[in-house]
Amino acid sequence: MAKKEEWVITMTKNQITAGSMNTDYLPERKRLRRKKKIRKFSYTLLTYIALILIALVCAGPFFWIFITSFKSSQNIYDMSIFIKNPTLDNYIGVFNYMSLPRYILNTVIITVGGIVLDVLLAALCAYPLACMDFYGKKFIFGALISTMILPNAAGLVVNYLTIKNLGLLDKYFGVILPSAVTVFSIILMRQAYLNIPNDLVDAAKIDGASELKTWYKIMVPQIKPAVSTIVIFDFIGRWNTFLWPIIVLQNPQKYPLAAALKYLGGQFNYKFGYIAAGTVISIIPVIIIFLAFQKYFVNTVAGAIKA
Amino acid sequence: MMALPAKIEGVIIMMMEKHKMAKIRKTLVAYMFMAPALLILAAFLFYPIIYSLPLAFFDYSIIGETTYVGWKNFSKAINDDLFWIAVKNSVLFVLVVPPIQILSMLLAMLVNRKIRGINFFRALYYIPVVTSMIAVSIIWGWIFDPDGVINTFLLENHIIKQPIYFLADKRLALFSLMFITLWQGLGYYMMIYLSGLQSVPLDLEESAMIDGANKFWTIVKIKVPLLKPFIWFSTLVSVLSAVSVFDVVFVLTEGGPDNGTLVTSYYSYAKAFVDFNFGYSAAIGLLVSIVTTVLSALVFAYGKKGGMGYYYD
Repeated sequence: MAKKEEWVITMTKNQITAGSMNTDYLPERKRLRRKKKIRKFSYTLLTYIALILIALVCAGPFFWIFITSFKSSQNIYDMSIFIKNPTLDNYIGVFNYMSLPRYILNTVIITVGGIVLDVLLAALCAYPLACMDFYGKKFIFGALISTMILPNAAGLVVNYLTIKNLGLLDKYFGVILPSAVTVFSIILMRQAYLNIPNDLVDAAKIDGASELKTWYKIMVPQIKPAVSTIVIFDFIGRWNTFLWPIIVLQNPQKYPLAAALKYLGGQFNYKFGYIAAGTVISIIPVIIIFLAFQKYFVNTVAGAIKA
Repeated sequence: MMALPAKIEGVIIMMMEKHKMAKIRKTLVAYMFMAPALLILAAFLFYPIIYSLPLAFFDYSIIGETTYVGWKNFSKAINDDLFWIAVKNSVLFVLVVPPIQILSMLLAMLVNRKIRGINFFRALYYIPVVTSMIAVSIIWGWIFDPDGVINTFLLENHIIKQPIYFLADKRLALFSLMFITLWQGLGYYMMIYLSGLQSVPLDLEESAMIDGANKFWTIVKIKVPLLKPFIWFSTLVSVLSAVSVFDVVFVLTEGGPDNGTLVTSYYSYAKAFVDFNFGYSAAIGLLVSIVTTVLSALVFAYGKKGGMGYYYD
C-alpha cells in the first residue's frame, strides 16, 4: 500500500510540474482545479484500496469457509479459493449423517417461539408504562432500568435451578421461558407508544372502547416499526444462542443448530467438510436477515447509545 | 354564604374521590397488561439478581444437603490458585481494549464518507458481529490449526520452520482468543463511532482544514475530543466485556491449555456446571461482579462529570 501511495504522490507531482511549466498558457484557476481533481481521485483510490483490504480481513474467513464447503474431503486444508471440482457431497452428507433437518427444526422452534412471546409480552407490558397513569408506575419502570446496571452474578445457576424445579429441564419451553420477554424490548416498545399522537387514543376513549380494545385496534398497528426492529434483533440473538440450550437440554438431539455444531465439531472433527457445510447453513439466514434490514440495525444501535 | 364553599368543597372531594377510584381501576387494568411479562422478569431476572447473594453463602450442590457455610466460599476463592490465574487472565484480556477502540475509530473515520458502495463495505465489516460465536470459533479454530491456513502459508513460504500452535501453546492461546475478539468486535464499535461522527458538527473540521491543518492533526485535535462521549461509552462496554469474556473461551479452549485461557467467567461456569458446586460458583461470580460494577460506576461517574453530554445540553 505504501508503494502505491508513493506512486500516486510522484504522479501528482509530475502533473503539477507539467502544469506549472504551462502557467503562461493555462489560467491559474484551471491549473488549480486540475491539481485538486487529481488529488481527490488519488485519495478516493487509496480509500477503496483500504476498504477492500479490510473487507478481506473481515469477510474473508466467511468466504473461505463457503468455498471450502464445496470442496471434496481430500483438498480441504488447501487455501486456494478456486475449486477444481465443486461438489455438494458435504451438504448431502451433513443432511444424511448429522440429522441436520432435526437441528434446523429445533432452532426454528426456539427462535420463533421466543420471538412471538417477546413481541407479545413486551407489547402488552409497555402499553401501561407509556400510556396509563397508575400506582407504582415509577417503581416498575425504575426496577426495569436498574436491571441494566445491577450485576447478575449467578444468573445462569439460579435460572438453571428454577427451570429444574419447574420440571422444564430437557424441554424446549425451558429454553424459551427465561428470555420470553426482555427489558430491551419493553423499553423499545414503550418508546414507540410514546410517539403515538394522543388524539388517536382520546378519540378511541370517547368512543367508549375498553382498554384492551383500544390497545389492540388503535395502538398495535401504530407500533409496527418497533415490532420489526425487535423481530430482527431477536431473530439474530436467538438463532445464535447456544449456552443456555446446552445447559437446559440434556439430549443433544434437541440442540439448536449453533449448539449442535459445537457438539458435532467434537464428534466429527475429521469430517471437516461436513462441519464447514453445517456452519455455512447456520450462518446464511442471519446474514440474509442482517443485509435485508441493515438500516433498522444501525438506527437502533445509534439510538440506544444516545439514550 | 357559608354553604356555598362547603358545597364546592364537597364537589371537589367527590371529584377527587371519583378520580381516585378511576386511578385504582386503571391500576388494576395496567397490572393485568403487565402481569405476564412482570412474572417472567421476576422469576428469571429479579430473582437471580437478588438470590445470587445468599447463594454464595451456601454449600449448594444437586446431590447432598444444602448447608449454610458463611464466608467459607469466599475464603476458599482467596486461597484458590486457579481463581487467581483466572483473575490474571481476565485482567490480561483487557489488553484487547486499546487496539479494538483505536482501530474501530479509524475504521469509522474511513467509512464516514459519501462514496459509491460505502454501505456495502460497512455491512461487510458488521457481518462478524451478527454471526454466532460458534461459527466464528469453528472458522478461526481451523485458520489457527497447526495444519490450518496461516501455518500452511507460513511453512510453504519458509517463513517459519515449525508450525505455530496458536491455540495449543499456553503462552499464545490467550492472545489468539484476543485476536478473535478484536476481529469480531471491530464492526460493532465502528458503528458506534460512526453514529458519533455523524452527529458531530462538521463546520469545525472544515474550518480546521481551511486553516491548513493536515489530516492527522484534524483527527487528533478536532475529531477525538468531539467523539469523547462515544469513546467513554464504547471503552466501558469493551472493558466490561473483556473482563467477563466467556463465549470464545467456552467454544475454543475451555480454559486450556494448562489453564492458559482460564478466565473468571469460565471458571465460575465450570464450577457450577462441571463440578456442580453452585455456592462456590456464585461466590466467584459475586466477587467479579462487585469489581466490574464498581469499575463501571467509576467510569460512568467520571465520564458524566468530564465528558458525557457536554454538547448534548
